[in-house]
Amino acid sequence: MATTLLEVQHVTKRFGGFQALTDVSLQVHQGECLGLIGPNGSGKTTLINCISGVLRTDGGSMRFRDMDITTLPAHRRTRLGIARSFQIPKPFTSMTVLENLCIPLAYTAPIQDRGADMTAEAMAILQLIGLEAKAHMRSAHLTLIELRKLELARAMAARPRLLISDEAMAGLSSAEVDEILAILTALNARGMSIIMIEHIMRAVMRFSHRIIVLDAGRTIAEGTPEEIVHNTAVEKAYLGE
Amino acid sequence: MFSFDLLGNAVVAGILLGGFYAAVSLGISVTFGLLDVANIAHPVFIVAGAYAVYAVNTAFALDPILAGLLFTPLFYGLGVVIYRIYYVSFERAGEQSLRGLVFFFGLLFIAEVSLSLAYGVDYRMVEAPYIGRSVSIGPIGISLRLGVPCVVGLLLTLALYLFLSKTFYGKAIMGVSQDSLALRLMGANPIQIKTIAFGLGMATASLAGALLIIIVPIEPSMGREYIGRVFAITVLGGMGSIGGTLAAALILGVAESLTSTFSGPSWALAVSFGILLLALAVRPSGLFGR
Amino acid sequence: MKRAWPVLVALSILGVGLLLTGVMENRYVYFATYVILQYIVLATAWNILGGYTGYVNFGTPAFFAMGAYTATFLMLACKAPFLVLLLAGGLISGLLGLGLGYLTLRLKGVFFSIATLALTVVLQTLIINWEFVGGAKGISIIRPATILFFSSYSKFLFMVMLCLATGAVAIARWIERSWIGQGLAAIRDNEEAAECMGVPTLKLKILATTLSGGLMGMAGVPFPWHVTLIEPGSAFNLDYAVNSLAMPMIGGTTTWLGPLVGAVLLGAAQQVATVTISSELNLLIVGVVLVAFVILAPEGLVGLVRRLVKREHA
Repeated sequence: MATTLLEVQHVTKRFGGFQALTDVSLQVHQGECLGLIGPNGSGKTTLINCISGVLRTDGGSMRFRDMDITTLPAHRRTRLGIARSFQIPKPFTSMTVLENLCIPLAYTAPIQDRGADMTAEAMAILQLIGLEAKAHMRSAHLTLIELRKLELARAMAARPRLLISDEAMAGLSSAEVDEILAILTALNARGMSIIMIEHIMRAVMRFSHRIIVLDAGRTIAEGTPEEIVHNTAVEKAYLGE
Repeated sequence: MFSFDLLGNAVVAGILLGGFYAAVSLGISVTFGLLDVANIAHPVFIVAGAYAVYAVNTAFALDPILAGLLFTPLFYGLGVVIYRIYYVSFERAGEQSLRGLVFFFGLLFIAEVSLSLAYGVDYRMVEAPYIGRSVSIGPIGISLRLGVPCVVGLLLTLALYLFLSKTFYGKAIMGVSQDSLALRLMGANPIQIKTIAFGLGMATASLAGALLIIIVPIEPSMGREYIGRVFAITVLGGMGSIGGTLAAALILGVAESLTSTFSGPSWALAVSFGILLLALAVRPSGLFGR
Repeated sequence: MKRAWPVLVALSILGVGLLLTGVMENRYVYFATYVILQYIVLATAWNILGGYTGYVNFGTPAFFAMGAYTATFLMLACKAPFLVLLLAGGLISGLLGLGLGYLTLRLKGVFFSIATLALTVVLQTLIINWEFVGGAKGISIIRPATILFFSSYSKFLFMVMLCLATGAVAIARWIERSWIGQGLAAIRDNEEAAECMGVPTLKLKILATTLSGGLMGMAGVPFPWHVTLIEPGSAFNLDYAVNSLAMPMIGGTTTWLGPLVGAVLLGAAQQVATVTISSELNLLIVGVVLVAFVILAPEGLVGLVRRLVKREHA
């Protein structure tokens, strides 16, 4: 029985009059690949923002590594081991690719080690992800797929136990999707738990051990990829009545 | 030294002041509340409007409020030009709006120094038949110096409210702050709408300046006092809510008036700053916000 | 040996300054260089929060004047020694920065900036009504007749400001190159991403505000003795706000060199201009130059030079 890494219980989130999330619960187990899918506007990114700490929840609770993180600021959650990439890349534009990675490397390290030279570690991550040639290029000048890779690399540099990938493959070609998928699979093989939010179905189906489906802020289905494909509620959510 | 007469007069004066403060804050309510452009130079443009009114009043004995109305198209045009420069230089690049902030600060400074060079630091006033007269309702005295600007301020607030809620361009302005994509699909150009909105905000400075010089004598640096006030009112009232702006302006006016009467006029400014901090602490969406 | 050279440079600067006071007798030279050194401190302090972290402080006069008035108060109340005045001025202004930061830095940067604008006016109004430190009329400050080591008080003030300027630039340089500076840059580039990458954004922002305010306060401490009449109009002068902003913007905001270059160039230019044209016209020009730079050359002179150098190498 795998240990539960992340436990989300009955989370709700409102924006003014708009109910973005209602009574959402899920679990991520150690070493698991969890796919999170749902139509546009179903609340996936909002949920991720709540888990990573960018947004405060209006109800419910969250536990990570058996600690209550419900009111913990985002940077503390990162130090505990939750890292995420952003759907719209947010690189540190004045810095090079390498320097971008040094930020999470430094800030998830204990304070006495923070001034140390992290170049070697950063280069190792860049090699894994295929960006080492651009290490000294200013991040403002990267192409889209390079920016997506940088997002993942930066999240990896935060030494996470749980990596959340938010639509890292949107707008990429088929070959590029396979590239990203290979990186994530390799990470999972090394023991990292991953939540993947994607619209590209073949990627999610191939990659996930389990899938959770959101629609209009609620969880409507949960199960293996096989089960989800044949789930009528899911069909309805995507295709209508 | 307390008496109900004193209290009553202070409250009434505060309400009158609030009507004026509403007129002063309308521009920011539109440009900052709806467009998210922090035009901190707005108060100094109100002072500039006051000087324009002064010039015309001294030269042609024109009623200040008429003069204020007269200059409104000019200020609208100025607003359009300024927004164009702002948009091209900062908003389009999508960068930190803080450089835009520095831009407006530069404008503030240039405007203030220019006024200082043109008119010196002596106080200037206007002449009008209603300045210096007052009416009494029971124990409450209403000085027309305050009363007329309050009424005009309320009318201006009402006019803006009607424009924003009833006309096509007004509703487009309300819409552009929330969803520019939907606006585009409706056939309106968001940039054009924003330019009109900014021009409109700046246009109110003309009339607000007229009201200012009716209430107090003016000098170039007095705009600084109002920066805290107008942003406090806009934030407290809920960004972009005209009704909220009015409510917050009245609250601030009464608070300042009471403080002025019972603790001395110099503390009134501290009150507005305190209300600004309070408004920021409560929530930037304020009382009536979106 | 590599680590020691900044310290050596700093010490030699101070040494040269000391030698100068032994040789140069022209009062005006000390006056002019004092003003420029003061601006080096203000511009550098401003840039720690503005250029490094991306939060614009319009309230330099508030922090500067708090230092000046803290010193005045302590001097009048208990004739405290100068070092105590310096530390107290820095502490009070630092606390002011801390307080304001704590209240407003959880929100979007624009609210912090607006609060700093309002802060100056409010503090000025409060000081105007504080009779003990002179109120609106001000108080004249008498320089001590003699001072240890120096033949004139102007020389002493010059040395104090030289130490403050060297210290401020050294602190800015150290921060810029440390992991703290990296964190501040991450906040400036993308605060949300920085927070998610483990950077304690609120703590670092408050640190920057406190340090920036404290340095500005220390720059204000010698001011009453420099002008010998401390009154709110000159202590809270808006010039400090514009200059401490324009100098880094003109020089370059991403490095410690920028504010230094900007302060020296703009400060010297203003010293010349104030004598030749009216001081108001001089300020107008500063405003115009500021707007021009923020529109056309946001990276400042240092940035322009860097781009030129890169183009030559490419």
